[in-house]
Amino acid sequence: MMTAGQIIITIAIITASVQITRFAPFLIFPAGKPTPKFIQYLSKVLPSAAISLLVVFCLKNVNIFYGGHGAPELIAIAAVTALHLWKRQMLLSIGVGTVIYMLLIKVTLPF
Amino acid sequence: MLKKLISAVNAAHNLNVIVTRCKNAAKPVIQAAFPNTIPIMAGYGCLGFALGILMSASGFSPVITIIMSLIVYAGSGQFVAVNLLLSVFNPLGAFLLELMVNARHVFYGLSMLDKYNDAGRKKWYMIAGLTDETFSTNCGVKPPPGIDRGQFMFAITILNHVYWVTAAAFGAVFGAFVRFDANGLDFVMTALFIVIFIEQWLKEKNHASALIGFLLSVACLLYAGAESFLIPAMLAILLALTVLRRPLERLYKL
Repeated sequence: MMTAGQIIITIAIITASVQITRFAPFLIFPAGKPTPKFIQYLSKVLPSAAISLLVVFCLKNVNIFYGGHGAPELIAIAAVTALHLWKRQMLLSIGVGTVIYMLLIKVTLPF
Repeated sequence: MLKKLISAVNAAHNLNVIVTRCKNAAKPVIQAAFPNTIPIMAGYGCLGFALGILMSASGFSPVITIIMSLIVYAGSGQFVAVNLLLSVFNPLGAFLLELMVNARHVFYGLSMLDKYNDAGRKKWYMIAGLTDETFSTNCGVKPPPGIDRGQFMFAITILNHVYWVTAAAFGAVFGAFVRFDANGLDFVMTALFIVIFIEQWLKEKNHASALIGFLLSVACLLYAGAESFLIPAMLAILLALTVLRRPLERLYKL
Protein backbone atom coordinates (compact mmCIF):
# COMPACT_ATOMS: atom_id res chain seq x y z
CA MET A 1 0.00 0.00 0.00
CA MET A 2 1.16 3.51 -0.79
CA THR A 3 1.20 6.42 1.66
CA ALA A 4 -1.11 9.41 1.05
CA GLY A 5 1.84 11.39 -0.33
CA GLN A 6 2.78 8.62 -2.74
CA ILE A 7 -0.83 8.40 -3.91
CA ILE A 8 -0.89 12.16 -4.61
CA ILE A 9 2.40 11.94 -6.52
CA THR A 10 1.11 8.96 -8.53
CA ILE A 11 -2.13 10.80 -9.40
CA ALA A 12 -0.12 13.87 -10.49
CA ILE A 13 2.10 11.68 -12.67
CA ILE A 14 -0.89 9.89 -14.20
CA THR A 15 -2.51 13.26 -14.98
CA ALA A 16 0.69 14.58 -16.54
CA SER A 17 1.18 11.42 -18.57
CA VAL A 18 -2.39 11.37 -19.93
CA GLN A 19 -2.36 15.08 -20.75
CA ILE A 20 1.04 14.85 -22.44
CA THR A 21 -0.47 12.39 -24.92
CA ARG A 22 -3.16 14.96 -25.73
CA PHE A 23 -1.03 18.12 -25.83
CA ALA A 24 2.11 16.73 -27.49
CA PRO A 25 0.87 16.89 -31.11
CA PHE A 26 -0.23 20.52 -30.73
CA LEU A 27 3.04 21.54 -29.07
CA ILE A 28 5.42 19.54 -31.31
CA PHE A 29 3.71 20.19 -34.64
CA PRO A 30 2.62 23.82 -34.84
CA ALA A 31 -0.14 24.65 -37.28
CA GLY A 32 0.76 24.29 -40.94
CA LYS A 33 3.83 22.00 -40.80
CA PRO A 34 3.80 18.42 -42.18
CA THR A 35 4.24 15.56 -39.67
CA PRO A 36 7.40 13.41 -40.03
CA LYS A 37 6.96 10.19 -42.03
CA PHE A 38 7.97 7.92 -39.14
CA ILE A 39 5.33 9.46 -36.84
CA GLN A 40 2.70 9.03 -39.56
CA TYR A 41 3.75 5.38 -39.88
CA LEU A 42 3.56 4.81 -36.11
CA SER A 43 0.16 6.49 -35.96
CA LYS A 44 -1.07 3.80 -38.37
CA VAL A 45 0.45 0.67 -36.80
CA LEU A 46 0.94 1.43 -33.09
CA PRO A 47 -2.75 1.60 -31.99
CA SER A 48 -3.46 -2.08 -32.81
CA ALA A 49 -0.31 -3.27 -31.04
CA ALA A 50 -1.09 -1.07 -28.02
CA ILE A 51 -4.61 -2.51 -27.69
CA SER A 52 -3.17 -6.05 -27.78
CA LEU A 53 -0.75 -5.08 -25.01
CA LEU A 54 -3.64 -3.69 -22.94
CA VAL A 55 -5.62 -6.91 -23.28
CA VAL A 56 -2.61 -8.89 -22.05
CA PHE A 57 -2.06 -6.33 -19.28
CA CYS A 58 -5.63 -6.83 -18.02
CA LEU A 59 -5.09 -10.58 -17.83
CA LYS A 60 -1.59 -10.48 -16.36
CA ASN A 61 -2.67 -11.75 -12.94
CA VAL A 62 -4.64 -14.75 -14.19
CA ASN A 63 -3.14 -17.84 -12.59
CA ILE A 64 -3.91 -21.10 -14.36
CA PHE A 65 -2.79 -23.09 -11.30
CA TYR A 66 -5.02 -21.38 -8.74
CA GLY A 67 -8.61 -20.27 -8.15
CA GLY A 68 -10.67 -20.65 -11.30
CA HIS A 69 -7.59 -21.68 -13.32
CA GLY A 70 -8.39 -18.89 -15.77
CA ALA A 71 -11.77 -20.41 -16.63
CA PRO A 72 -13.90 -17.39 -15.52
CA GLU A 73 -11.73 -15.08 -17.64
CA LEU A 74 -11.87 -17.41 -20.64
CA ILE A 75 -15.64 -17.89 -20.46
CA ALA A 76 -16.36 -14.19 -19.89
CA ILE A 77 -14.07 -13.16 -22.76
CA ALA A 78 -15.75 -15.70 -25.04
CA ALA A 79 -19.13 -14.24 -24.03
CA VAL A 80 -17.99 -10.66 -24.69
CA THR A 81 -16.56 -11.67 -28.08
CA ALA A 82 -19.61 -13.65 -29.19
CA LEU A 83 -22.06 -11.00 -28.00
CA HIS A 84 -20.08 -8.21 -29.59
CA LEU A 85 -19.74 -9.95 -32.95
CA TRP A 86 -23.47 -10.61 -32.85
CA LYS A 87 -24.89 -7.28 -31.68
CA ARG A 88 -21.99 -4.78 -32.00
CA GLN A 89 -23.38 -2.97 -28.94
CA MET A 90 -20.38 -1.90 -26.88
CA LEU A 91 -22.19 -1.34 -23.58
CA LEU A 92 -24.21 -4.55 -23.87
CA SER A 93 -21.06 -6.63 -24.50
CA ILE A 94 -19.20 -5.03 -21.59
CA GLY A 95 -22.16 -5.18 -19.20
CA VAL A 96 -23.12 -8.80 -19.83
CA GLY A 97 -19.48 -9.95 -19.87
CA THR A 98 -18.77 -8.26 -16.54
CA VAL A 99 -21.88 -9.70 -14.86
CA ILE A 100 -20.98 -13.20 -16.12
CA TYR A 101 -17.46 -12.76 -14.78
CA MET A 102 -18.67 -11.52 -11.37
CA LEU A 103 -20.99 -14.52 -11.05
CA LEU A 104 -18.32 -16.99 -12.20
CA ILE A 105 -15.70 -15.89 -9.67
CA LYS A 106 -18.29 -16.26 -6.90
CA VAL A 107 -18.68 -19.90 -7.95
CA THR A 108 -15.02 -20.73 -8.54
CA LEU A 109 -13.33 -18.69 -5.79
CA PRO A 110 -13.38 -21.37 -3.01
CA PHE A 111 -11.45 -23.92 -5.08
CA MET B 1 -20.62 48.96 5.96
CA LEU B 2 -23.76 49.80 4.01
CA LYS B 3 -21.64 51.06 1.11
CA LYS B 4 -19.76 47.81 1.06
CA LEU B 5 -23.00 45.87 1.04
CA ILE B 6 -24.39 47.98 -1.80
CA SER B 7 -21.23 47.57 -3.87
CA ALA B 8 -21.32 43.84 -3.21
CA VAL B 9 -24.95 43.69 -4.34
CA ASN B 10 -24.04 45.74 -7.41
CA ALA B 11 -21.14 43.45 -8.20
CA ALA B 12 -23.37 40.42 -7.81
CA HIS B 13 -25.93 42.04 -10.10
CA ASN B 14 -23.29 42.82 -12.73
CA LEU B 15 -21.97 39.27 -12.52
CA ASN B 16 -25.50 38.00 -12.91
CA VAL B 17 -25.99 40.11 -16.04
CA ILE B 18 -22.74 38.79 -17.51
CA VAL B 19 -23.61 35.18 -16.69
CA THR B 20 -27.09 35.57 -18.21
CA ARG B 21 -25.58 37.10 -21.36
CA CYS B 22 -23.09 34.22 -21.64
CA LYS B 23 -25.88 31.73 -21.05
CA ASN B 24 -28.02 33.31 -23.76
CA ALA B 25 -25.11 33.28 -26.18
CA ALA B 26 -24.17 29.70 -25.33
CA LYS B 27 -27.72 28.36 -25.33
CA PRO B 28 -28.18 27.76 -29.09
CA VAL B 29 -24.71 26.22 -29.32
CA ILE B 30 -25.36 23.83 -26.42
CA GLN B 31 -28.81 23.02 -27.81
CA ALA B 32 -27.31 22.21 -31.19
CA ALA B 33 -24.46 20.19 -29.67
CA PHE B 34 -26.55 18.19 -27.19
CA PRO B 35 -28.19 15.66 -29.58
CA ASN B 36 -24.73 14.66 -30.87
CA THR B 37 -23.65 13.76 -27.35
CA ILE B 38 -26.58 11.52 -26.32
CA PRO B 39 -24.77 8.24 -27.16
CA ILE B 40 -21.76 9.49 -25.18
CA MET B 41 -24.05 10.33 -22.24
CA ALA B 42 -25.21 6.69 -22.18
CA GLY B 43 -21.69 5.29 -22.57
CA TYR B 44 -20.02 7.60 -20.06
CA GLY B 45 -22.97 7.16 -17.73
CA CYS B 46 -22.36 3.40 -17.45
CA LEU B 47 -18.56 3.36 -17.58
CA GLY B 48 -18.16 6.37 -15.26
CA PHE B 49 -20.60 4.86 -12.76
CA ALA B 50 -18.70 1.54 -12.81
CA LEU B 51 -15.41 3.39 -12.38
CA GLY B 52 -16.79 5.31 -9.40
CA ILE B 53 -17.99 2.11 -7.70
CA LEU B 54 -14.64 0.42 -8.38
CA MET B 55 -12.72 3.39 -6.92
CA SER B 56 -14.83 3.37 -3.77
CA ALA B 57 -14.65 -0.42 -3.46
CA SER B 58 -10.85 -0.09 -3.73
CA GLY B 59 -10.90 2.29 -0.75
CA PHE B 60 -10.56 5.69 -2.44
CA SER B 61 -12.61 8.66 -1.29
CA PRO B 62 -15.21 10.00 -3.76
CA VAL B 63 -13.26 13.29 -3.68
CA ILE B 64 -10.26 11.55 -5.29
CA THR B 65 -12.52 9.96 -7.91
CA ILE B 66 -14.09 13.34 -8.77
CA ILE B 67 -10.74 15.14 -8.95
CA MET B 68 -9.24 12.41 -11.15
CA SER B 69 -12.27 12.38 -13.41
CA LEU B 70 -11.91 16.16 -13.82
CA ILE B 71 -8.18 16.35 -14.51
CA VAL B 72 -7.22 12.93 -15.90
CA TYR B 73 -10.54 12.46 -17.72
CA ALA B 74 -9.68 9.22 -19.50
CA GLY B 75 -11.79 6.06 -19.30
CA SER B 76 -9.19 3.37 -19.87
CA GLY B 77 -6.52 5.56 -18.27
CA GLN B 78 -8.50 5.81 -15.03
CA PHE B 79 -9.33 2.09 -14.92
CA VAL B 80 -5.63 1.33 -15.28
CA ALA B 81 -4.95 3.99 -12.63
CA VAL B 82 -6.99 1.99 -10.07
CA ASN B 83 -4.53 -0.89 -10.53
CA LEU B 84 -1.55 1.45 -10.35
CA LEU B 85 -2.78 3.15 -7.17
CA LEU B 86 -3.31 -0.22 -5.48
CA SER B 87 0.16 -1.61 -6.26
CA VAL B 88 3.59 -0.54 -5.00
CA PHE B 89 4.84 3.02 -5.53
CA ASN B 90 6.42 3.11 -8.99
CA PRO B 91 6.24 6.59 -10.55
CA LEU B 92 8.23 5.74 -13.69
CA GLY B 93 6.20 2.60 -14.35
CA ALA B 94 2.94 4.53 -13.84
CA PHE B 95 4.11 7.29 -16.17
CA LEU B 96 5.16 4.90 -18.95
CA LEU B 97 2.10 2.67 -18.65
CA GLU B 98 -0.31 5.62 -18.85
CA LEU B 99 1.70 6.96 -21.77
CA MET B 100 1.21 3.64 -23.56
CA VAL B 101 -2.46 3.26 -22.58
CA ASN B 102 -3.22 6.75 -23.87
CA ALA B 103 -0.79 6.83 -26.80
CA ARG B 104 -3.72 6.74 -29.19
CA HIS B 105 -4.61 10.30 -28.07
CA VAL B 106 -1.49 11.43 -29.94
CA PHE B 107 -3.09 10.21 -33.14
CA TYR B 108 -6.36 11.94 -32.34
CA GLY B 109 -4.38 15.14 -31.77
CA LEU B 110 -2.55 14.69 -35.06
CA SER B 111 -5.85 14.33 -36.91
CA MET B 112 -7.45 17.31 -35.13
CA LEU B 113 -4.46 19.69 -35.49
CA ASP B 114 -6.08 21.95 -38.07
CA LYS B 115 -9.65 21.81 -36.78
CA TYR B 116 -8.65 22.64 -33.20
CA ASN B 117 -6.11 25.29 -34.19
CA ASP B 118 -8.97 27.25 -35.74
CA ALA B 119 -10.81 27.40 -32.40
CA GLY B 120 -8.58 30.06 -30.81
CA ARG B 121 -7.94 30.04 -27.08
CA LYS B 122 -10.75 27.50 -26.48
CA LYS B 123 -8.53 24.89 -28.10
CA TRP B 124 -6.45 24.43 -24.93
CA TYR B 125 -9.46 23.14 -23.01
CA MET B 126 -10.60 21.09 -26.02
CA ILE B 127 -7.17 19.43 -26.20
CA ALA B 128 -7.28 18.54 -22.49
CA GLY B 129 -10.70 16.95 -23.11
CA LEU B 130 -9.79 15.05 -26.27
CA THR B 131 -11.01 11.59 -25.23
CA ASP B 132 -11.84 8.71 -27.59
CA GLU B 133 -15.51 9.61 -27.51
CA THR B 134 -15.03 13.37 -27.92
CA PHE B 135 -12.65 12.69 -30.80
CA SER B 136 -15.14 10.41 -32.53
CA THR B 137 -17.93 12.98 -32.12
CA ASN B 138 -15.89 16.03 -33.09
CA CYS B 139 -14.32 14.18 -35.98
CA GLY B 140 -17.47 13.38 -37.87
CA VAL B 141 -19.86 16.08 -36.75
CA LYS B 142 -20.98 19.12 -38.74
CA PRO B 143 -22.35 22.19 -36.95
CA PRO B 144 -25.74 23.40 -38.13
CA PRO B 145 -25.72 26.60 -40.21
CA GLY B 146 -25.11 29.78 -38.24
CA ILE B 147 -23.10 28.07 -35.50
CA ASP B 148 -19.36 28.48 -35.24
CA ARG B 149 -17.47 25.19 -35.62
CA GLY B 150 -15.03 25.96 -32.80
CA GLN B 151 -17.82 26.83 -30.35
CA PHE B 152 -19.74 23.76 -31.40
CA MET B 153 -16.83 21.39 -30.72
CA PHE B 154 -16.13 23.30 -27.49
CA ALA B 155 -19.71 22.67 -26.34
CA ILE B 156 -19.47 18.96 -27.19
CA THR B 157 -16.24 18.72 -25.20
CA ILE B 158 -17.82 20.39 -22.16
CA LEU B 159 -20.98 18.24 -22.28
CA ASN B 160 -18.99 14.99 -22.48
CA HIS B 161 -16.74 16.11 -19.62
CA VAL B 162 -19.79 16.89 -17.48
CA TYR B 163 -21.29 13.43 -18.18
CA TRP B 164 -18.07 11.69 -17.19
CA VAL B 165 -17.49 13.57 -13.93
CA THR B 166 -21.16 13.33 -12.92
CA ALA B 167 -21.36 9.58 -13.58
CA ALA B 168 -18.10 8.88 -11.74
CA ALA B 169 -19.25 11.01 -8.80
CA PHE B 170 -22.57 9.16 -8.57
CA GLY B 171 -20.79 5.80 -8.78
CA ALA B 172 -18.27 6.81 -6.12
CA VAL B 173 -20.96 8.00 -3.69
CA PHE B 174 -23.09 4.93 -4.40
CA GLY B 175 -20.08 2.67 -3.84
CA ALA B 176 -19.17 4.48 -0.63
CA PHE B 177 -22.61 4.24 0.96
CA VAL B 178 -24.16 1.10 -0.43
CA ARG B 179 -22.59 -2.18 0.59
CA PHE B 180 -21.97 -3.93 -2.65
CA ASP B 181 -19.92 -6.97 -3.63
CA ALA B 182 -17.71 -5.34 -6.27
CA ASN B 183 -15.46 -8.37 -6.59
CA GLY B 184 -14.76 -8.82 -10.28
CA LEU B 185 -16.10 -5.41 -11.32
CA ASP B 186 -12.64 -4.57 -12.64
CA PHE B 187 -13.48 -6.94 -15.49
CA VAL B 188 -15.22 -3.89 -16.99
CA MET B 189 -11.75 -2.77 -18.09
CA THR B 190 -10.87 -6.14 -19.65
CA ALA B 191 -14.20 -6.25 -21.46
CA LEU B 192 -13.70 -2.66 -22.65
CA PHE B 193 -10.32 -3.49 -24.18
CA ILE B 194 -11.62 -6.74 -25.69
CA VAL B 195 -14.40 -4.78 -27.40
CA ILE B 196 -11.94 -2.12 -28.63
CA PHE B 197 -9.68 -4.95 -29.83
CA ILE B 198 -12.54 -6.58 -31.78
CA GLU B 199 -13.58 -3.26 -33.33
CA GLN B 200 -9.98 -2.57 -34.36
CA TRP B 201 -9.62 -6.12 -35.71
CA LEU B 202 -12.78 -5.84 -37.84
CA LYS B 203 -11.75 -2.42 -39.11
CA GLU B 204 -8.20 -3.20 -40.22
CA LYS B 205 -7.29 -5.00 -43.43
CA ASN B 206 -4.12 -6.45 -41.94
CA HIS B 207 -3.57 -7.85 -38.44
CA ALA B 208 0.24 -7.91 -38.40
CA SER B 209 0.57 -5.13 -35.84
CA ALA B 210 -2.13 -6.52 -33.53
CA LEU B 211 -0.44 -9.95 -33.62
CA ILE B 212 3.04 -8.51 -33.05
CA GLY B 213 1.68 -6.60 -30.04
CA PHE B 214 -0.03 -9.69 -28.66
CA LEU B 215 2.84 -12.15 -29.13
CA LEU B 216 5.52 -9.82 -27.78
CA SER B 217 3.35 -8.92 -24.76
CA VAL B 218 2.73 -12.58 -23.92
CA ALA B 219 6.42 -13.40 -24.43
CA CYS B 220 7.50 -10.58 -22.11
CA LEU B 221 4.84 -11.57 -19.55
CA LEU B 222 6.11 -15.16 -19.46
CA TYR B 223 9.73 -14.04 -19.32
CA ALA B 224 9.59 -11.07 -16.94
CA GLY B 225 6.47 -11.83 -14.87
CA ALA B 226 3.28 -9.85 -14.18
CA GLU B 227 4.91 -7.07 -12.15
CA SER B 228 7.63 -6.02 -14.55
CA PHE B 229 6.68 -7.08 -18.08
CA LEU B 230 5.17 -3.80 -19.22
CA ILE B 231 8.20 -1.68 -19.98
CA PRO B 232 10.07 -4.51 -21.78
CA ALA B 233 6.89 -5.25 -23.74
CA MET B 234 6.48 -1.61 -24.82
CA LEU B 235 10.13 -1.37 -25.87
CA ALA B 236 9.94 -4.70 -27.72
CA ILE B 237 6.82 -3.55 -29.61
CA LEU B 238 8.35 -0.20 -30.56
CA LEU B 239 11.57 -1.91 -31.64
CA ALA B 240 9.74 -4.55 -33.70
CA LEU B 241 7.57 -1.93 -35.43
CA THR B 242 10.66 0.16 -36.19
CA VAL B 243 12.69 -2.77 -37.55
CA LEU B 244 9.75 -4.12 -39.56
CA ARG B 245 8.80 -0.72 -40.96
CA ARG B 246 9.46 -1.51 -44.66
CA PRO B 247 7.57 -4.84 -44.82
CA LEU B 248 4.73 -3.46 -42.67
CA GLU B 249 4.38 -0.38 -44.86
CA ARG B 250 4.07 -2.71 -47.81
CA LEU B 251 1.50 -4.86 -45.99
CA TYR B 252 -0.56 -1.86 -44.95
CA LYS B 253 -0.02 -0.20 -48.36
CA LEU B 254 1.13 3.04 -46.75
